[in-house]
Amino acid sequence: MTSPSSVSKSISKSMTMGEAGLASGLAVFAFVSFLGAAMGHDAAFSFHASLACAASLISVIMIGNRYLDRPAELPPAEIGGRPNYNLGPIKFASAMAMFWGIAGFSVGLIIAMQLAWPALNFDLPWTTFGRLRPLHTSAVVFAFGGNVLIASSLYVVQKTCRTRLAGDLAPWFVVVGYNFFILIAGTGYLLGVTQSKEYAEPEWYADLWLTIVWVTYLLVFLMTLVKRKEPHIFVANWFYLAFIITIAVLHLGNNPALPVSFLGSKSYIAWGGVQDAMFQWWYGHNAVGFFLTAGFLAIMYYFIPKRAERPVYSYRLSIIHFWALIFLYIWAGPHHLHYTALPDWAQTLGMTFSIMLWMPSWGGMINGLMTLSGAWDKLRTDPVLRMMVVSVAFYGMATFEGPMMSIKVVNSLSHYTDWTIGHVHSGALGWVGFVSFGALYCLVPWLWNRQLYSLKLVNWHFWISTIGIVLYISAMWVSGILQGLMWRAYTSLGFLEYSFIESVEAMHPFYIIRAAGGALFLVGALIMAFNLWMTVNAGRASETEGAGALQPAE
Amino acid sequence: MSEHDEIDRVSGRSTTGHEWDGIKELNTPLPRWWVLTFYATIIWAIGYWVVYPAWPLVSGYTTGLFQYSTRASVVTDLADLEKLRGEKMAVLGNASLADIEKDPALLALARARGKTVFADNCAPCHGSGGAGAKGYPNLNDDDWLWGGSLDQIMQTIQFGARSGHAKTHEGQMLAFGRDGVLKKDEIVTVANYVRSLSGLSTAPKFDAAAGKKIFTENCTSCHGDNGKGNQEVGAPDLTDKIWLYGSDEDTLVETITNGRAGVMPAWVGRLDPVTVKALAVYVHSLGGGK
Repeated sequence: MTSPSSVSKSISKSMTMGEAGLASGLAVFAFVSFLGAAMGHDAAFSFHASLACAASLISVIMIGNRYLDRPAELPPAEIGGRPNYNLGPIKFASAMAMFWGIAGFSVGLIIAMQLAWPALNFDLPWTTFGRLRPLHTSAVVFAFGGNVLIASSLYVVQKTCRTRLAGDLAPWFVVVGYNFFILIAGTGYLLGVTQSKEYAEPEWYADLWLTIVWVTYLLVFLMTLVKRKEPHIFVANWFYLAFIITIAVLHLGNNPALPVSFLGSKSYIAWGGVQDAMFQWWYGHNAVGFFLTAGFLAIMYYFIPKRAERPVYSYRLSIIHFWALIFLYIWAGPHHLHYTALPDWAQTLGMTFSIMLWMPSWGGMINGLMTLSGAWDKLRTDPVLRMMVVSVAFYGMATFEGPMMSIKVVNSLSHYTDWTIGHVHSGALGWVGFVSFGALYCLVPWLWNRQLYSLKLVNWHFWISTIGIVLYISAMWVSGILQGLMWRAYTSLGFLEYSFIESVEAMHPFYIIRAAGGALFLVGALIMAFNLWMTVNAGRASETEGAGALQPAE
Repeated sequence: MSEHDEIDRVSGRSTTGHEWDGIKELNTPLPRWWVLTFYATIIWAIGYWVVYPAWPLVSGYTTGLFQYSTRASVVTDLADLEKLRGEKMAVLGNASLADIEKDPALLALARARGKTVFADNCAPCHGSGGAGAKGYPNLNDDDWLWGGSLDQIMQTIQFGARSGHAKTHEGQMLAFGRDGVLKKDEIVTVANYVRSLSGLSTAPKFDAAAGKKIFTENCTSCHGDNGKGNQEVGAPDLTDKIWLYGSDEDTLVETITNGRAGVMPAWVGRLDPVTVKALAVYVHSLGGGK
C-alpha cells in the first residue's frame, strides 16, 4: 500500500538487517526447539523446549507485525533537536519488575510460613521448601531486581548521554529474552530442574540463553555510551557498566557444565570439590557485590540527586569509592567458606578484603545521604525520596554488618544461623527493595508521562514495609544469635548443652515474627502495584515539563 | 554545560562543571574520617597477613608468624575436650551399671553423656523427650517391650530389635489376616476382645465368648493367658492401656491382619561401649526404669 507521495520520495520500505536476521534466527530456533521438545529425554526438558518453540514463533510473528505496522523509516534518533528516547522496552521491564516483585515476595512469605509450620509444604514435590526457596531468591534478586536494573539502566544511560538507545530490536530482545530466562529458570525449579549451585540454579540451556541475552545487553549499553552527546560519562553509568560486565564474567566462570545429554535437563559442573565451592562463592558473593550493590548504587546515583534536585555530594568520593569497591569486592568471596576445607590463606584473604571493603561501601552511603544536604526538608513531604534515603541507611547498616560477619571469630558464631538470613534481608528488603521502589515510583510517572496517582499511598507503603523489615531483621538477629549460642554451648562436664532439635524448637516464635514481617512487606508492595497501576491507567497527565518531559518513543 | 567555576549556593562548594540531565556534582574533597578509616583497615589487613597464612606462592603460601592452621586448632580443641571428658569417662567405663546407680557423681555424669547422645541418635524416633510416637515406644512410662532393667535396656540399645544383628531381639506379631489364619469377622471379634482386656468399650454385637476362644487359640502363646504380654518375645501387655500403634478397632484390625515388626537398629559398633552404658543409664532414668 505505498502511496504515490512516498514513492516520489523514493523511500521504499524494507526489513532491516536486524529484523530479518532476528526473525530468521528465531524461526530456526523454533524448529530446533520443536525437535528438542519431541526428542527430549525428560519431561521438564521437553516442556522447556516447547516454551522456547512457542516463544520463538510468537516473536517471529511480532517482529513481522511490527514491520508491517511501522513507517518506512525507523524512529529517528532526534526529533526537533531533542533526543527521541526509546522507552518501550523500559516500560516493559518496569511492569515485569512489579509483577515478579509481587510473585517473589509472595513465595518468600510462603516459605517463611513453611519454616514456622512445616505442614504448609503440603507433601507435594512442587511446593516443598527445597524447590520454592530458589524460586523465591531468583524471583526477587534476578526477576524483580534484574528488571529494575535493566529498566533503570536503559533509562539512565539514555538521559545522561542525551542520546537514543543503541539498536532497534536489540533492547526489546534484551528485556523479553531476560524475562524468558526467568520463566525457564522459575518453572524449572518447580519441576525439580536445578544444578544445585546457590543463586546459579538454572541448568545449562538456561545459562546459555542468558549468556546470549546478557552480551546483547552489554552491547546495547556500551554502544549507547559510545554515541553519547555528553563529553563525560555520568557516575551511574560506571556502576551500571561494572555490574553488566562483572555479572557476565561471574556467570561464565561459575557455570561451565557438561550436559549429560543435549536433549536432557541434567548437567555436571566442570569444577569439583573445594575448587567448585570457591568458584561458587566467588560468584555468589559478587552477585551480591555487583548485582545487588554496584547496580543499585547506579540507581542511587541518578534517582536521589534527581528527586532531591541537589548535586551529587562529592565527585572525588564517587571515583575513589567506585574503583576501591570493584577492586576489593571481587576478593571477598572466601568469607563464605570460613572453617571449611578451603585453605587458610584463602580464608584470610576473603576476610581481610571484606574488612577493607567497609569504607569503599560506605563511600556510596556518604554520597547518597550527603546529596540530601540542603534538601532534608523534602523527606517530610516526599515519601518517595524518604524511601530512597532510608534504603541508603539500610545499605550503610548492611555494609557494616557484612565486614563484621566476615571476621572469623564472629563468623564462627553467625555462620549457618539465621543471622545470615537477617543480614541478607536487611540488605535485600531495606536497601535493594526500597531503592528499587523509589526508582519505580519515579520511573513509572516519567515513562508514561503521568503524575503519580497517590503520594499518600506511597506513605502507607513506606511505613508498612519499614515495620515489616524491622520485624524481619530483628527476629532473625535474635534467633540467629540464639541458635549460634545454643549450638556452641557446652556443659561443665564437656558435653553439648543442647541438641539440634532443641535449637529448632527455640526458633519457632522468631519464624512466626519473620513471616509477619514478610507479610507486611508484601502488603506494602501490593499497595505499590495498585498505585502504579492507577498512575498508568487512571493518572492525570504530567503537568510540568520537568524531569518527565520526554518525547514519545514511537 | 555549565561554567567550570559554578558555586553551589547551599554548600558553598564549586561543582565539577559538568551536568547530566540536570544532575551536577560537587567538588567536595574526601571526608577525612573516611580516608583515615580506610587506611586503618588496610594497615590492619597487612598486619593480619603478617600474622596469619595469607598469600599463595608458587608452591605453598605465606604461613604467618605462628604457623597457624585451622586443622591444627581443631585437633587442639578436640584434644582439650577429650582431656576434660577423658578421665571421668574412663571411670565411667570401668564402673558396672550397678556401681553407677549407687554413685551420685557417676550417675550425673552418665546421664549428662546419655542426654546428648540420646538427642543426636535416639530423638528422631523416640522424640526429644523420649515420649515416642506411633510405632516408636514411649520411654518415659514403665511399660517395656523388652524389659526395663538397666541390663535389659543396655541389651536393647546394643543389639536393637529385629535389627539383623546376630544378638538382636527377635519375635514379631504375625499377620493373621494376610496369612489366612483368621477370617475378617474373626479378626474384628478378637480385636474387640483385646479392647475389652483393658476395659475399653466394645462393639454392640460383640460376642465375648467367641473373642476369648479366638484369643486363647491364637494369641496367648505370645501375649499370655491373661494378655499380660511376654518380654522374652517383645509381646506387649494388652491390659495396661498403653498402645504402640493405637487402640481403636480399625488399628487393631490392621495390626492383627498384617502384623507388626518395628525395627530398632543395633548401636553396638556405632556408639562406643562407654557411651552405650551412659545411654542405658539415661533411658533408665527417664521415668520408667525398673
